[in-house]
Amino acid sequence: MQKSFLSRLWIFAVWAVIGLFLVNLMGLIASVLTSSVATRWLGTWLPAGFTTRWYFAAWDEFQLGDVLWVTFQAVGAVVVLSGLLGVPAAYALARREFPAKRAVMLLLLLPLLVPPITYGIPLATVLYKAGLGGTLTGVILANLVPTVPFVVLVMIPFIEQIDPRTEAAARVFGANIFQMFVHVLVPMLMPGVLAALLLVLVRTIGMFELTFLVSGPGSQTLVVALYYAVFASGVRAVQSIDAMAVIYMATTLVWLIVALRFVNPTQIVGRGKRPAA
Amino acid sequence: MSAVLESRAQGPTLRQRLAARGIDGATLLVLPCVALILGLFIYPFLYGLVLSFQPKDGSLFGNYARFFSDPFLYGTIFKTLRLAFPVTLLNLLIAIPIAFRVRLLRRQRLLTTLLVLPITLGTVLVAEGMLFYFGPQGWFNRILMAVGLLSHPVSVLNGYWGVFISLVLTGFPFTFLLTLSYVTGIDPSLENAAATLGAGPAARFREVFLPLLVPGLAITFCLSFVQAYSVLPSAVLVGDPANATRVISIAAYQAAFEEYDYSMASAIAMIMGAVQLLVVVAVLGCRSLFYRGPAAGAKG
Repeated sequence: MQKSFLSRLWIFAVWAVIGLFLVNLMGLIASVLTSSVATRWLGTWLPAGFTTRWYFAAWDEFQLGDVLWVTFQAVGAVVVLSGLLGVPAAYALARREFPAKRAVMLLLLLPLLVPPITYGIPLATVLYKAGLGGTLTGVILANLVPTVPFVVLVMIPFIEQIDPRTEAAARVFGANIFQMFVHVLVPMLMPGVLAALLLVLVRTIGMFELTFLVSGPGSQTLVVALYYAVFASGVRAVQSIDAMAVIYMATTLVWLIVALRFVNPTQIVGRGKRPAA
Repeated sequence: MSAVLESRAQGPTLRQRLAARGIDGATLLVLPCVALILGLFIYPFLYGLVLSFQPKDGSLFGNYARFFSDPFLYGTIFKTLRLAFPVTLLNLLIAIPIAFRVRLLRRQRLLTTLLVLPITLGTVLVAEGMLFYFGPQGWFNRILMAVGLLSHPVSVLNGYWGVFISLVLTGFPFTFLLTLSYVTGIDPSLENAAATLGAGPAARFREVFLPLLVPGLAITFCLSFVQAYSVLPSAVLVGDPANATRVISIAAYQAAFEEYDYSMASAIAMIMGAVQLLVVVAVLGCRSLFYRGPAAGAKG
Protein backbone atom coordinates (compact mmCIF):
# COMPACT_ATOMS: atom_id res chain seq x y z
CA MET A 1 0.00 0.00 0.00
CA GLN A 2 1.43 3.39 -1.02
CA LYS A 3 1.79 5.66 1.96
CA SER A 4 0.71 9.22 1.43
CA PHE A 5 3.06 12.14 1.96
CA LEU A 6 1.14 13.26 5.02
CA SER A 7 1.33 9.92 6.77
CA ARG A 8 5.09 9.74 6.09
CA LEU A 9 5.48 13.21 7.50
CA TRP A 10 3.53 12.12 10.60
CA ILE A 11 5.70 9.04 11.10
CA PHE A 12 8.81 11.20 10.73
CA ALA A 13 7.44 13.67 13.29
CA VAL A 14 6.78 10.91 15.84
CA TRP A 15 10.30 9.51 15.42
CA ALA A 16 11.70 13.03 15.69
CA VAL A 17 9.96 13.50 19.06
CA ILE A 18 11.26 10.13 20.27
CA GLY A 19 14.75 11.05 19.09
CA LEU A 20 14.66 14.48 20.70
CA PHE A 21 13.51 13.01 24.00
CA LEU A 22 16.19 10.32 24.02
CA VAL A 23 19.05 12.63 22.92
CA ASN A 24 18.31 15.14 25.67
CA LEU A 25 17.81 12.37 28.23
CA MET A 26 21.15 10.81 27.34
CA GLY A 27 22.82 14.22 27.44
CA LEU A 28 21.44 14.78 30.90
CA ILE A 29 22.56 11.39 32.22
CA ALA A 30 25.96 11.73 30.54
CA SER A 31 26.43 15.16 32.17
CA VAL A 32 25.99 13.68 35.65
CA LEU A 33 28.14 10.65 34.82
CA THR A 34 30.91 12.87 33.45
CA SER A 35 30.76 15.20 36.43
CA SER A 36 30.95 12.30 38.86
CA VAL A 37 34.34 11.27 37.46
CA ALA A 38 35.66 14.78 36.74
CA THR A 39 38.58 16.42 38.51
CA ARG A 40 37.63 19.96 37.59
CA TRP A 41 34.96 20.99 35.09
CA LEU A 42 34.36 24.67 34.51
CA GLY A 43 33.30 26.23 31.24
CA THR A 44 34.69 23.62 28.87
CA TRP A 45 33.27 20.81 26.74
CA LEU A 46 34.96 18.13 28.81
CA PRO A 47 36.52 18.19 32.28
CA ALA A 48 40.23 18.76 32.80
CA GLY A 49 40.84 15.21 34.00
CA PHE A 50 39.15 12.07 35.25
CA THR A 51 39.20 10.43 38.66
CA THR A 52 37.24 7.90 40.68
CA ARG A 53 37.89 9.49 44.04
CA TRP A 54 34.42 11.12 44.30
CA TYR A 55 32.86 7.70 44.64
CA PHE A 56 35.04 6.91 47.63
CA ALA A 57 34.41 10.40 49.01
CA ALA A 58 30.63 9.97 48.63
CA TRP A 59 30.77 6.56 50.30
CA ASP A 60 32.47 8.05 53.38
CA GLU A 61 30.77 11.46 53.56
CA PHE A 62 27.23 10.22 53.30
CA GLN A 63 27.70 6.96 55.23
CA LEU A 64 26.41 5.27 52.13
CA GLY A 65 26.95 1.82 53.60
CA ASP A 66 24.41 2.58 56.36
CA VAL A 67 22.01 4.37 54.02
CA LEU A 68 22.06 1.47 51.56
CA TRP A 69 21.46 -1.03 54.37
CA VAL A 70 18.44 0.98 55.61
CA THR A 71 17.13 1.27 52.06
CA PHE A 72 17.58 -2.45 51.54
CA GLN A 73 15.76 -3.33 54.77
CA ALA A 74 12.88 -0.91 54.18
CA VAL A 75 12.38 -1.85 50.54
CA GLY A 76 12.69 -5.58 51.26
CA ALA A 77 10.09 -5.43 54.03
CA VAL A 78 7.70 -3.37 51.89
CA VAL A 79 8.02 -5.77 48.95
CA VAL A 80 7.44 -8.91 51.07
CA LEU A 81 4.56 -7.43 53.09
CA SER A 82 2.77 -5.92 50.12
CA GLY A 83 2.99 -9.29 48.36
CA LEU A 84 1.65 -11.19 51.39
CA LEU A 85 -1.22 -8.73 51.91
CA GLY A 86 -1.94 -7.80 48.31
CA VAL A 87 -2.00 -11.10 46.43
CA PRO A 88 -4.61 -12.88 48.64
CA ALA A 89 -6.79 -9.76 48.60
CA ALA A 90 -6.53 -9.61 44.81
CA TYR A 91 -7.60 -13.26 44.68
CA ALA A 92 -10.71 -12.57 46.77
CA LEU A 93 -11.60 -9.54 44.64
CA ALA A 94 -11.03 -11.34 41.35
CA ARG A 95 -12.98 -14.49 42.21
CA ARG A 96 -15.78 -13.60 44.62
CA GLU A 97 -18.83 -11.39 44.33
CA PHE A 98 -19.72 -10.04 47.75
CA PRO A 99 -21.89 -7.16 48.96
CA ALA A 100 -19.21 -4.60 49.86
CA LYS A 101 -16.98 -5.32 46.86
CA ARG A 102 -17.43 -1.93 45.20
CA ALA A 103 -16.70 -0.16 48.47
CA VAL A 104 -13.52 -2.21 48.93
CA MET A 105 -12.39 -1.40 45.38
CA LEU A 106 -12.96 2.31 45.99
CA LEU A 107 -11.09 2.07 49.30
CA LEU A 108 -8.12 0.57 47.45
CA LEU A 109 -8.24 3.15 44.66
CA LEU A 110 -8.21 6.15 46.98
CA PRO A 111 -4.57 5.97 48.11
CA LEU A 112 -3.55 5.89 44.43
CA LEU A 113 -5.72 8.88 43.53
CA VAL A 114 -4.51 11.15 46.32
CA PRO A 115 -0.96 12.55 46.20
CA PRO A 116 1.39 11.02 48.81
CA ILE A 117 2.09 14.41 50.39
CA THR A 118 -1.62 14.87 51.13
CA TYR A 119 -2.04 11.73 53.21
CA GLY A 120 1.63 11.69 54.17
CA ILE A 121 1.32 14.72 56.46
CA PRO A 122 -1.60 13.39 58.59
CA LEU A 123 -0.04 9.90 58.46
CA ALA A 124 3.27 11.26 59.72
CA THR A 125 1.44 13.10 62.51
CA VAL A 126 -0.32 9.90 63.58
CA LEU A 127 2.87 7.84 63.36
CA TYR A 128 4.81 10.37 65.44
CA LYS A 129 2.03 10.31 68.06
CA ALA A 130 2.25 6.51 68.13
CA GLY A 131 6.00 6.73 68.65
CA LEU A 132 6.76 5.26 65.24
CA GLY A 133 7.84 8.51 63.58
CA GLY A 134 11.46 8.54 62.56
CA THR A 135 11.78 4.77 62.86
CA LEU A 136 12.31 2.15 60.21
CA THR A 137 8.94 0.57 61.13
CA GLY A 138 7.24 3.89 60.46
CA VAL A 139 8.92 4.19 57.06
CA ILE A 140 7.83 0.65 56.16
CA LEU A 141 4.22 1.21 57.31
CA ALA A 142 3.94 4.51 55.41
CA ASN A 143 5.26 2.93 52.21
CA LEU A 144 2.73 0.09 52.43
CA VAL A 145 -0.15 2.55 51.91
CA PRO A 146 0.38 3.04 48.17
CA THR A 147 2.07 -0.30 47.41
CA VAL A 148 -0.53 -2.75 48.75
CA PRO A 149 -3.38 -1.30 46.62
CA PHE A 150 -0.96 -1.18 43.69
CA VAL A 151 -0.23 -4.91 44.02
CA VAL A 152 -3.96 -5.70 44.32
CA LEU A 153 -4.90 -3.70 41.24
CA VAL A 154 -2.05 -5.13 39.14
CA MET A 155 -2.77 -8.71 40.26
CA ILE A 156 -6.55 -8.75 39.63
CA PRO A 157 -6.27 -9.04 35.81
CA PHE A 158 -3.55 -11.70 36.18
CA ILE A 159 -5.79 -13.80 38.42
CA GLU A 160 -8.78 -13.32 36.11
CA GLN A 161 -6.71 -14.85 33.30
CA ILE A 162 -6.48 -18.16 35.15
CA ASP A 163 -9.28 -20.62 34.42
CA PRO A 164 -11.34 -21.09 37.64
CA ARG A 165 -11.76 -24.77 36.70
CA THR A 166 -8.09 -25.32 37.64
CA GLU A 167 -8.91 -24.30 41.20
CA ALA A 168 -12.12 -26.32 41.17
CA ALA A 169 -10.13 -29.38 40.11
CA ALA A 170 -7.69 -28.87 43.00
CA ARG A 171 -10.59 -28.57 45.43
CA VAL A 172 -12.24 -31.73 44.05
CA PHE A 173 -9.01 -33.64 44.67
CA GLY A 174 -9.19 -32.59 48.31
CA ALA A 175 -6.89 -29.59 48.55
CA ASN A 176 -7.93 -27.01 51.12
CA ILE A 177 -7.73 -23.36 50.25
CA PHE A 178 -4.20 -22.98 51.67
CA GLN A 179 -2.87 -26.00 49.76
CA MET A 180 -4.64 -24.81 46.63
CA PHE A 181 -2.94 -21.41 47.01
CA VAL A 182 0.54 -22.80 47.55
CA HIS A 183 0.50 -25.65 45.02
CA VAL A 184 -1.76 -24.33 42.25
CA LEU A 185 -2.28 -20.59 42.29
CA VAL A 186 1.11 -19.27 43.36
CA PRO A 187 3.09 -21.23 40.74
CA MET A 188 0.68 -20.12 38.01
CA LEU A 189 0.70 -16.54 39.21
CA MET A 190 4.46 -16.34 39.71
CA PRO A 191 5.20 -14.19 36.63
CA GLY A 192 2.49 -11.73 37.63
CA VAL A 193 3.57 -11.67 41.28
CA LEU A 194 7.21 -11.11 40.31
CA ALA A 195 6.23 -8.33 37.95
CA ALA A 196 4.08 -6.57 40.53
CA LEU A 197 6.68 -6.93 43.26
CA LEU A 198 9.53 -5.70 41.07
CA LEU A 199 7.48 -2.63 40.20
CA VAL A 200 6.81 -2.15 43.92
CA LEU A 201 10.55 -2.42 44.47
CA VAL A 202 11.37 0.27 41.90
CA ARG A 203 8.55 2.49 43.20
CA THR A 204 9.61 2.13 46.82
CA ILE A 205 13.28 2.87 46.13
CA GLY A 206 12.10 6.04 44.40
CA MET A 207 9.33 6.96 46.85
CA PHE A 208 10.46 10.31 48.12
CA GLU A 209 7.53 12.06 49.80
CA LEU A 210 6.37 9.41 52.30
CA THR A 211 9.85 8.45 53.41
CA PHE A 212 10.83 12.11 53.60
CA LEU A 213 7.90 12.93 55.91
CA VAL A 214 8.22 9.88 58.18
CA SER A 215 11.94 9.10 58.35
CA GLY A 216 14.33 10.31 61.02
CA PRO A 217 18.12 10.55 61.07
CA GLY A 218 18.67 6.78 61.27
CA SER A 219 15.93 5.73 58.90
CA GLN A 220 16.61 7.68 55.71
CA THR A 221 16.54 5.82 52.46
CA LEU A 222 18.80 6.67 49.55
CA VAL A 223 16.41 9.16 47.86
CA VAL A 224 15.92 11.15 51.04
CA ALA A 225 19.61 11.15 51.95
CA LEU A 226 20.33 12.34 48.43
CA TYR A 227 17.79 15.15 48.70
CA TYR A 228 19.28 16.36 51.98
CA ALA A 229 22.75 16.19 50.43
CA VAL A 230 21.68 18.54 47.62
CA PHE A 231 19.47 20.74 49.76
CA ALA A 232 22.14 21.27 52.38
CA SER A 233 25.03 21.37 49.95
CA GLY A 234 27.75 23.96 50.02
CA VAL A 235 30.12 22.08 52.27
CA ARG A 236 30.17 19.09 49.95
CA ALA A 237 31.68 18.81 46.51
CA VAL A 238 29.09 18.69 43.75
CA GLN A 239 30.94 15.75 42.26
CA SER A 240 30.43 13.53 45.28
CA ILE A 241 26.68 14.27 45.20
CA ASP A 242 26.76 13.31 41.52
CA ALA A 243 28.58 10.11 42.39
CA MET A 244 25.83 9.31 44.89
CA ALA A 245 23.15 10.06 42.29
CA VAL A 246 24.88 7.67 39.90
CA ILE A 247 24.93 4.96 42.59
CA TYR A 248 21.20 5.56 43.10
CA MET A 249 20.50 5.27 39.39
CA ALA A 250 22.51 2.07 39.11
CA THR A 251 20.59 0.42 41.99
CA THR A 252 17.18 1.17 40.47
CA LEU A 253 18.24 0.54 36.88
CA VAL A 254 19.26 -3.04 37.65
CA TRP A 255 15.83 -3.80 39.13
CA LEU A 256 13.94 -2.05 36.36
CA ILE A 257 15.74 -4.07 33.69
CA VAL A 258 15.02 -7.28 35.64
CA ALA A 259 11.36 -6.20 35.91
CA LEU A 260 11.09 -5.54 32.18
CA ARG A 261 12.56 -8.97 31.41
CA PHE A 262 9.82 -10.66 33.42
CA VAL A 263 6.89 -8.51 32.45
CA ASN A 264 5.80 -7.28 29.10
CA PRO A 265 4.89 -3.65 29.76
CA THR A 266 1.83 -4.11 27.60
CA GLN A 267 0.42 -6.51 30.18
CA ILE A 268 0.50 -4.16 33.14
CA VAL A 269 -3.16 -3.29 32.73
CA GLY A 270 -3.59 -6.54 30.82
CA ARG A 271 -7.01 -7.77 29.85
CA GLY A 272 -6.18 -11.37 29.26
CA LYS A 273 -6.66 -11.10 25.52
CA ARG A 274 -3.53 -13.04 24.63
CA PRO A 275 -2.65 -16.56 25.69
CA ALA A 276 0.16 -16.37 28.22
CA ALA A 277 3.43 -16.14 26.32
CA MET B 1 -21.66 -36.85 54.07
CA SER B 2 -24.46 -37.54 56.52
CA ALA B 3 -23.85 -34.13 58.11
CA VAL B 4 -24.37 -32.46 54.75
CA LEU B 5 -27.61 -34.33 54.22
CA GLU B 6 -28.77 -33.45 57.72
CA SER B 7 -28.14 -29.77 57.27
CA ARG B 8 -29.92 -29.84 53.95
CA ALA B 9 -32.93 -31.26 55.70
CA GLN B 10 -32.85 -28.47 58.29
CA GLY B 11 -32.35 -25.71 55.72
CA PRO B 12 -29.10 -23.88 54.88
CA THR B 13 -26.63 -23.21 57.70
CA LEU B 14 -25.25 -19.75 58.36
CA ARG B 15 -22.11 -20.72 56.54
CA GLN B 16 -24.02 -21.80 53.47
CA ARG B 17 -26.19 -18.70 53.51
CA LEU B 18 -23.07 -16.52 53.66
CA ALA B 19 -21.46 -18.53 50.89
CA ALA B 20 -24.50 -17.96 48.71
CA ARG B 21 -23.87 -14.21 49.07
CA GLY B 22 -20.21 -14.68 48.13
CA ILE B 23 -18.73 -14.64 51.62
CA ASP B 24 -16.51 -17.61 52.48
CA GLY B 25 -12.96 -18.31 53.62
CA ALA B 26 -11.49 -16.89 50.42
CA THR B 27 -13.42 -13.65 50.69
CA LEU B 28 -11.94 -13.05 54.13
CA LEU B 29 -8.50 -12.81 52.48
CA VAL B 30 -9.42 -9.24 51.64
CA LEU B 31 -9.65 -8.28 55.32
CA PRO B 32 -5.94 -7.70 56.21
CA CYS B 33 -5.61 -5.42 53.22
CA VAL B 34 -8.76 -3.48 54.13
CA ALA B 35 -7.58 -3.20 57.75
CA LEU B 36 -4.25 -1.77 56.58
CA ILE B 37 -5.89 0.92 54.44
CA LEU B 38 -8.41 1.76 57.17
CA GLY B 39 -5.65 2.06 59.78
CA LEU B 40 -2.97 3.82 57.75
CA PHE B 41 -4.99 5.82 55.26
CA ILE B 42 -8.57 6.45 56.39
CA TYR B 43 -7.84 6.91 60.11
CA PRO B 44 -4.95 9.39 59.58
CA PHE B 45 -7.05 11.21 57.02
CA LEU B 46 -9.97 11.62 59.45
CA TYR B 47 -7.52 12.51 62.21
CA GLY B 48 -6.02 15.18 59.96
CA LEU B 49 -9.47 16.45 59.05
CA VAL B 50 -10.43 16.85 62.73
CA LEU B 51 -7.03 18.38 63.52
CA SER B 52 -7.48 20.91 60.73
CA PHE B 53 -10.55 22.29 62.54
CA GLN B 54 -8.56 22.88 65.75
CA PRO B 55 -6.28 25.77 64.81
CA LYS B 56 -3.99 27.61 67.19
CA ASP B 57 -6.42 30.53 67.47
CA GLY B 58 -9.17 28.22 68.65
CA SER B 59 -11.86 28.96 66.06
CA LEU B 60 -13.40 26.20 63.96
CA PHE B 61 -12.56 27.42 60.47
CA GLY B 62 -9.51 29.50 61.44
CA ASN B 63 -7.05 27.59 59.28
CA TYR B 64 -9.29 27.59 56.24
CA ALA B 65 -10.09 31.29 56.67
CA ARG B 66 -6.38 32.03 56.91
CA PHE B 67 -5.59 29.95 53.84
CA PHE B 68 -8.21 31.54 51.62
CA SER B 69 -7.52 35.11 52.74
CA ASP B 70 -3.75 35.01 52.20
CA PRO B 71 -2.81 35.24 48.51
CA PHE B 72 0.62 33.79 49.31
CA LEU B 73 -1.20 30.65 50.49
CA TYR B 74 -4.19 30.31 48.19
CA GLY B 75 -2.06 31.29 45.21
CA THR B 76 -0.21 27.98 45.63
CA ILE B 77 -3.29 26.13 44.36
CA PHE B 78 -3.12 27.90 40.99
CA LYS B 79 0.65 27.63 40.80
CA THR B 80 0.34 23.89 41.30
CA LEU B 81 -2.45 23.52 38.74
CA ARG B 82 -0.59 25.71 36.24
CA LEU B 83 2.27 23.20 36.42
CA ALA B 84 0.41 19.93 36.78
CA PHE B 85 -2.25 20.40 34.07
CA PRO B 86 0.00 21.30 31.11
CA VAL B 87 2.60 18.70 32.14
CA THR B 88 0.02 15.90 32.35
CA LEU B 89 -1.62 16.92 29.05
CA LEU B 90 1.73 17.18 27.25
CA ASN B 91 2.86 13.79 28.58
CA LEU B 92 -0.38 12.20 27.43
CA LEU B 93 -0.27 13.91 24.01
CA ILE B 94 3.29 12.69 23.40
CA ALA B 95 2.60 9.25 24.83
CA ILE B 96 -0.36 8.45 22.53
CA PRO B 97 1.38 8.75 19.11
CA ILE B 98 4.55 7.12 20.46
CA ALA B 99 2.54 4.23 21.91
CA PHE B 100 0.81 3.77 18.53
CA ARG B 101 4.20 3.68 16.78
CA VAL B 102 5.79 1.34 19.33
CA ARG B 103 2.79 -1.00 19.04
CA LEU B 104 3.70 -1.67 15.40
CA LEU B 105 7.34 -2.47 16.11
CA ARG B 106 8.44 -6.07 16.27
CA ARG B 107 11.30 -5.44 18.67
CA GLN B 108 9.72 -3.02 21.11
CA ARG B 109 11.62 -4.03 24.22
CA LEU B 110 14.77 -1.96 23.72
CA LEU B 111 12.91 1.22 22.80
CA THR B 112 10.43 0.72 25.65
CA THR B 113 13.28 0.25 28.12
CA LEU B 114 14.99 3.41 26.86
CA LEU B 115 11.80 5.45 27.09
CA VAL B 116 11.09 4.15 30.60
CA LEU B 117 14.66 4.80 31.77
CA PRO B 118 13.88 8.10 33.58
CA ILE B 119 11.93 6.11 36.21
CA THR B 120 15.28 4.99 37.56
CA LEU B 121 16.84 8.42 37.72
CA GLY B 122 15.12 9.92 40.73
CA THR B 123 14.34 13.60 41.08
CA VAL B 124 17.75 14.47 42.42
CA LEU B 125 19.68 13.02 39.50
CA VAL B 126 17.29 14.74 37.09
CA ALA B 127 17.76 18.01 38.96
CA GLU B 128 21.56 17.67 39.02
CA GLY B 129 21.58 16.61 35.39
CA MET B 130 19.46 19.58 34.41
CA LEU B 131 21.74 21.97 36.28
CA PHE B 132 24.67 20.65 34.25
CA TYR B 133 23.06 19.93 30.91
CA PHE B 134 20.83 22.99 30.57
CA GLY B 135 23.16 25.32 32.48
CA PRO B 136 24.81 28.27 30.70
CA GLN B 137 27.99 26.20 30.18
CA GLY B 138 26.12 22.93 29.62
CA TRP B 139 26.14 20.78 26.54
CA PHE B 140 22.62 21.84 25.52
CA ASN B 141 23.54 25.50 25.15
CA ARG B 142 27.01 24.72 23.79
CA ILE B 143 25.68 22.51 21.02
CA LEU B 144 22.91 24.92 20.01
CA MET B 145 25.43 27.75 19.95
CA ALA B 146 27.99 25.73 17.99
CA VAL B 147 25.33 24.90 15.39
CA GLY B 148 24.33 28.53 15.30
CA LEU B 149 20.76 28.18 16.57
CA LEU B 150 21.45 30.38 19.59
CA SER B 151 23.52 33.51 19.92
CA HIS B 152 23.69 33.47 23.71
CA PRO B 153 22.84 30.76 26.28
CA VAL B 154 19.19 30.40 27.31
CA SER B 155 18.36 29.56 30.88
CA VAL B 156 15.48 27.27 31.77
CA LEU B 157 16.57 26.72 35.34
CA ASN B 158 15.30 28.11 38.63
CA GLY B 159 11.82 28.84 37.44
CA TYR B 160 8.64 27.49 35.93
CA TRP B 161 10.26 25.83 32.91
CA GLY B 162 12.87 24.04 34.96
CA VAL B 163 10.19 22.30 37.01
CA PHE B 164 8.11 21.76 33.87
CA ILE B 165 10.94 19.93 32.07
CA SER B 166 11.80 17.92 35.16
CA LEU B 167 8.16 16.82 35.53
CA VAL B 168 7.90 15.86 31.86
CA LEU B 169 11.08 13.80 32.14
CA THR B 170 10.04 11.95 35.28
CA GLY B 171 6.34 11.69 34.44
CA PHE B 172 6.52 10.61 30.82
CA PRO B 173 7.70 7.00 31.41
CA PHE B 174 4.77 6.25 33.68
CA THR B 175 2.22 7.86 31.33
CA PHE B 176 3.77 6.04 28.40
CA LEU B 177 3.70 2.60 30.08
CA LEU B 178 0.03 2.94 30.98
CA THR B 179 -0.94 4.32 27.55
CA LEU B 180 1.00 1.56 25.79
CA SER B 181 -0.76 -1.14 27.74
CA TYR B 182 -4.16 0.36 26.93
CA VAL B 183 -3.30 0.83 23.24
CA THR B 184 -2.09 -2.75 22.86
CA GLY B 185 -5.21 -3.95 24.66
CA ILE B 186 -7.33 -3.02 21.64
CA ASP B 187 -8.07 -5.91 19.32
CA PRO B 188 -6.17 -5.31 16.01
CA SER B 189 -9.02 -6.89 14.05
CA LEU B 190 -11.15 -3.81 14.81
CA GLU B 191 -8.58 -1.69 12.98
CA ASN B 192 -8.42 -4.16 10.10
CA ALA B 193 -12.18 -4.05 9.78
CA ALA B 194 -12.17 -0.26 9.61
CA ALA B 195 -9.33 -0.30 7.06
CA THR B 196 -11.22 -2.82 4.90
CA LEU B 197 -14.19 -0.49 4.90
CA GLY B 198 -11.95 2.26 3.52
CA ALA B 199 -11.14 4.36 6.59
CA GLY B 200 -7.81 6.20 6.41
CA PRO B 201 -5.39 6.33 9.37
CA ALA B 202 -6.86 9.54 10.77
CA ALA B 203 -10.42 8.26 10.49
CA ARG B 204 -9.43 4.91 12.04
CA PHE B 205 -7.91 6.76 14.99
CA ARG B 206 -10.87 9.10 15.41
CA GLU B 207 -13.69 6.61 14.89
CA VAL B 208 -12.25 3.36 16.24
CA PHE B 209 -9.34 3.88 18.62
CA LEU B 210 -10.24 7.10 20.35
CA PRO B 211 -13.65 6.00 21.66
CA LEU B 212 -12.15 2.72 22.90
CA LEU B 213 -9.16 4.48 24.47
CA VAL B 214 -10.99 7.25 26.31
CA PRO B 215 -11.66 5.27 29.53
CA GLY B 216 -8.01 4.15 29.76
CA LEU B 217 -6.73 7.61 28.92
CA ALA B 218 -8.95 9.13 31.61
CA ILE B 219 -7.42 6.81 34.22
CA THR B 220 -3.92 7.47 32.87
CA PHE B 221 -4.58 11.20 33.08
CA CYS B 222 -5.70 10.90 36.70
CA LEU B 223 -2.73 8.79 37.81
CA SER B 224 -0.21 11.00 35.96
CA PHE B 225 -1.88 14.09 37.36
CA VAL B 226 -1.44 12.78 40.91
CA GLN B 227 2.30 12.49 40.30
CA ALA B 228 2.66 15.94 38.76
CA TYR B 229 0.42 17.52 41.38
CA SER B 230 2.51 16.50 44.36
CA VAL B 231 5.80 17.89 43.04
CA LEU B 232 7.92 18.79 45.99
CA PRO B 233 11.57 17.93 45.40
CA SER B 234 11.83 19.26 41.85
CA ALA B 235 9.94 22.46 42.71
CA VAL B 236 12.61 23.10 45.33
CA LEU B 237 15.68 21.90 43.44
CA VAL B 238 15.23 23.25 39.91
CA GLY B 239 12.41 25.70 40.51
CA ASP B 240 11.91 28.98 42.23
CA PRO B 241 10.36 27.73 45.51
CA ALA B 242 9.79 31.23 46.87
CA ASN B 243 7.74 32.58 43.95
CA ALA B 244 6.92 31.02 40.60
CA THR B 245 6.97 27.38 41.72
CA ARG B 246 5.79 27.73 45.32
CA VAL B 247 3.47 24.77 44.92
CA ILE B 248 0.93 23.72 47.52
CA SER B 249 3.04 20.83 48.81
CA ILE B 250 5.77 23.34 49.75
CA ALA B 251 3.20 25.34 51.72
CA ALA B 252 2.04 22.18 53.51
CA TYR B 253 5.58 21.04 54.23
CA GLN B 254 6.60 24.45 55.61
CA ALA B 255 3.54 24.59 57.87
CA ALA B 256 4.27 21.12 59.26
CA PHE B 257 8.04 20.96 59.56
CA GLU B 258 9.18 24.59 59.70
CA GLU B 259 6.38 26.22 61.70
CA TYR B 260 5.39 22.97 63.50
CA ASP B 261 1.73 23.95 63.02
CA TYR B 262 0.32 20.49 62.32
CA SER B 263 -3.23 21.83 62.40
CA MET B 264 -2.50 24.29 59.57
CA ALA B 265 -0.50 21.64 57.70
CA SER B 266 -3.45 19.24 57.91
CA ALA B 267 -5.79 21.95 56.65
CA ILE B 268 -3.53 22.57 53.64
CA ALA B 269 -3.27 18.81 53.04
CA MET B 270 -7.09 18.56 53.10
CA ILE B 271 -7.44 21.45 50.63
CA MET B 272 -4.81 19.80 48.44
CA GLY B 273 -6.66 16.49 48.51
CA ALA B 274 -10.00 18.18 47.80
CA VAL B 275 -8.66 20.02 44.72
CA GLN B 276 -7.03 16.82 43.50
CA LEU B 277 -10.22 14.78 43.95
CA LEU B 278 -12.28 17.47 42.19
CA VAL B 279 -10.02 17.13 39.15
CA VAL B 280 -10.26 13.32 39.24
CA VAL B 281 -14.05 13.40 39.55
CA ALA B 282 -14.31 15.92 36.69
CA VAL B 283 -12.09 13.81 34.42
CA LEU B 284 -13.86 10.55 35.23
CA GLY B 285 -17.21 12.33 34.84
CA CYS B 286 -16.27 13.40 31.30
CA ARG B 287 -15.30 9.80 30.58
CA SER B 288 -18.86 8.62 31.14
CA LEU B 289 -19.93 10.74 28.12
CA PHE B 290 -18.03 8.29 25.91
CA TYR B 291 -18.45 4.69 24.87
CA ARG B 292 -18.05 2.09 27.61
CA GLY B 293 -17.65 -1.51 26.70
CA PRO B 294 -15.17 -4.19 25.73
CA ALA B 295 -12.17 -3.11 23.69
CA ALA B 296 -10.65 -6.56 23.25
CA GLY B 297 -13.15 -8.14 20.88
CA ALA B 298 -16.08 -10.45 21.51
CA LYS B 299 -14.04 -13.39 22.74
CA GLY B 300 -12.26 -11.44 25.52
